[in-house]
Amino acid sequence: MRSSLILCTATRFLLPIILMFSFFILLRGHNEPGGGFIGGLVAASAFALYAISHGVTYAQQLLKVNPINLIASGLIIALSSGLFAVFNGSNFMQGYWSEFKFPVIGKIGTPLIFDIGVYFLVLGIALLIIFSLAEEEEEIQ
Amino acid sequence: MNLLFAVMIGVLYGAGFYLILRRSFVKVLIGLILLAHGANLLILTVGRLTKGNPVFVNSGTDATAFADPLPQALILTAIVIGFGIQAFALVLFKRAYKTAKTDDLDEMRNTDLSS
Amino acid sequence: MNLIVLPVILPLLFAVIMLFAWKYISLQRILNLVGSLILLIVSVLLFTTVLSDGVQSLHLGNWKAPFGIVFAADILSSVMVLISSIIAFTTALYSFSTIDNERESFGYYPLLNTLIMGINGAFLTGDVFNLYVWFEVMLISSFVLLVLGGTRNQLEGGIKYFTLNLISSAFFLAAVGLLYGLTGTLNMADLSEKIKLAGDNGLITVISIFFLISFGIKSAVFPLYFWLPSSYHTPPSPVSAIFAGLLTKVGVYSLIRMFTLVFTVNSEFLTNIILIVAVFTMVTGVFGAASQNEIRKILSFHIISQIGYMIMGLGLYSVLGIAGAVFYLIHHIIVKTNLFFIGGLIQKLQGTYELKKLGGLYKVYPIIGLLFLIPALSLAGIPPLSGFWAKFLIVKAGLELQEILVVVISLFVSLLTLFSMTKIWNEVFWKPAPKDNPEISFKHFTLSKKIMIFSPIVFLAILTVIIGFSVEEVFQIANQSANELLNPINYINKVLGRF
Repeated sequence: MRSSLILCTATRFLLPIILMFSFFILLRGHNEPGGGFIGGLVAASAFALYAISHGVTYAQQLLKVNPINLIASGLIIALSSGLFAVFNGSNFMQGYWSEFKFPVIGKIGTPLIFDIGVYFLVLGIALLIIFSLAEEEEEIQ
Repeated sequence: MNLLFAVMIGVLYGAGFYLILRRSFVKVLIGLILLAHGANLLILTVGRLTKGNPVFVNSGTDATAFADPLPQALILTAIVIGFGIQAFALVLFKRAYKTAKTDDLDEMRNTDLSS
Repeated sequence: MNLIVLPVILPLLFAVIMLFAWKYISLQRILNLVGSLILLIVSVLLFTTVLSDGVQSLHLGNWKAPFGIVFAADILSSVMVLISSIIAFTTALYSFSTIDNERESFGYYPLLNTLIMGINGAFLTGDVFNLYVWFEVMLISSFVLLVLGGTRNQLEGGIKYFTLNLISSAFFLAAVGLLYGLTGTLNMADLSEKIKLAGDNGLITVISIFFLISFGIKSAVFPLYFWLPSSYHTPPSPVSAIFAGLLTKVGVYSLIRMFTLVFTVNSEFLTNIILIVAVFTMVTGVFGAASQNEIRKILSFHIISQIGYMIMGLGLYSVLGIAGAVFYLIHHIIVKTNLFFIGGLIQKLQGTYELKKLGGLYKVYPIIGLLFLIPALSLAGIPPLSGFWAKFLIVKAGLELQEILVVVISLFVSLLTLFSMTKIWNEVFWKPAPKDNPEISFKHFTLSKKIMIFSPIVFLAILTVIIGFSVEEVFQIANQSANELLNPINYINKVLGRF
């Protein structure tokens, strides 16, 4: 698969920036527009861009992990944020917040863990869809 | 404003149902997507439209003037679910097209004929 | 009471673990069996708790009732969860020897678990929009399970199933939105009170009809059932068994829940519609079955006609009628799944579902004949098996309300059911084996595989007989749940956190 040199070079610089931006959106979440879902989609768009410019196999190599594992870890992280309350003897999904305010991020709590789970889940699912559709296209060509 | 939304919902539903009744399954899929959008817009409209007041309310301010966050949350959930379903539908219809070599629903009656 | 969410969390947890073990299929099999066994234990616990302590509820994240999402378990929900766990467990056993390696390696077991998660979630939630979400979870898993393997028939059936169920979801969503616009709440218990304040409003009738259409498509009632007979016979046998047992029944459950708890304002109008729909569902379903010559197609049409009985119980709208519907749900899920299991077993033996090519099974394996007769006669309503009592209750409720015509039709339909069952019996078991397909043997079956395929069938058959002989206890449960459904004050108070 061939694509333009400009796109390839630009992608190399854009990829880390988009990933950082997606992480920013994730952390911004709870009280302002943003969160795990959008963050995950933005991160997936970074890899999708790489897949378009360099080809799917290179994007998969760049990702290193199988998207299915991303989905599974996202689900387990999100689930653990809910189960945290169960082990504390409260209702499932009860939110807990740290007393201490971290610099930049602010208070950390179980909703953030849930959002991180969603982030990985959405990233995994979006990439799984994109990769499998794109792979089929490449087979045809 | 409400009238505009009502007409828009009507158009979406009408177009959706029209497309669902077509024989080509790509059109059926587009019809289903339009139908889902119509339903989403309906939720937004019946949840009372408010102009220029986002749902983030600081404590102490009067909350009645602000938009109701729940319809927006419902729509967001519905959109996410719809995203998953439409992605699946694309793959399903593509596979069906490859296997059956046709996109005409009238030719897909193998499973309905009694043997 | 975190116990209530466990039937939802456990399948999810096991599905996630299976995703991590994507490449290790034998590990996934074991995990599936262990997971469904734990699920069964949990749902027995939940059931006994609800029986002894009354309605249980859980406010997720400790958000107060009408605002947060509530999980609630009354007797009906916990019975349904129990039965769905039993079916999940038996399907886990049955899958060992009936599902092929290719499907297993494309995520069959995780999907089975997310399907169960969606079904249990729909049974347990106390929030209308949350019900929509669980329906979607269930539907997406079932879409993939249905077309997994990708044969032409599966894809064709899948498209029909997919399209019609998506239309039903669109109706559901619109109805939820309208309901929220009208009452400002989505909690079912809260809705039950708020909707009375809205008065006898035409819009409420429209919304209730929207729900009727949406759940009607999902539970395959009369003019809306066409997706069912064109898709249920296409996937491999364990998949169609679990679909036949559980999916449509989630629709029936939702109908019972919504039309007893929320829409009681103008029930005269609604119950009439439901009764008419029920009659047509019964009759068209059974006639459809009579015209078919393939085991799973016959059984699929019988699902429709049986749904008619359950809807009829709801339409009668008396304590006895609803108790009958609940009893029928319990009986039907077990029996129908078992019949599909046996259908799959027959296909494994002779390589086809076509009645013409089958035959002579009684001579070689009379035990299979016996195992078929138990659920088949139960389905047709022969005493003392479970189906007789289920039909008896509904007919009695009909007679009490003097709906003579409906009762007569339902008895007639029951006769035709017996005809279909004897047709399968004659063609598969008594008729001599046809010349072009004489071979009847467990060719590729080791002893352990044989045990795996027979044990769920025997287990469900024993359950059918047990229900038949301990009618008193099961009827008590059904009656109690009907009382709860028609006087939902306890449920409402518990969910809204008032004591």
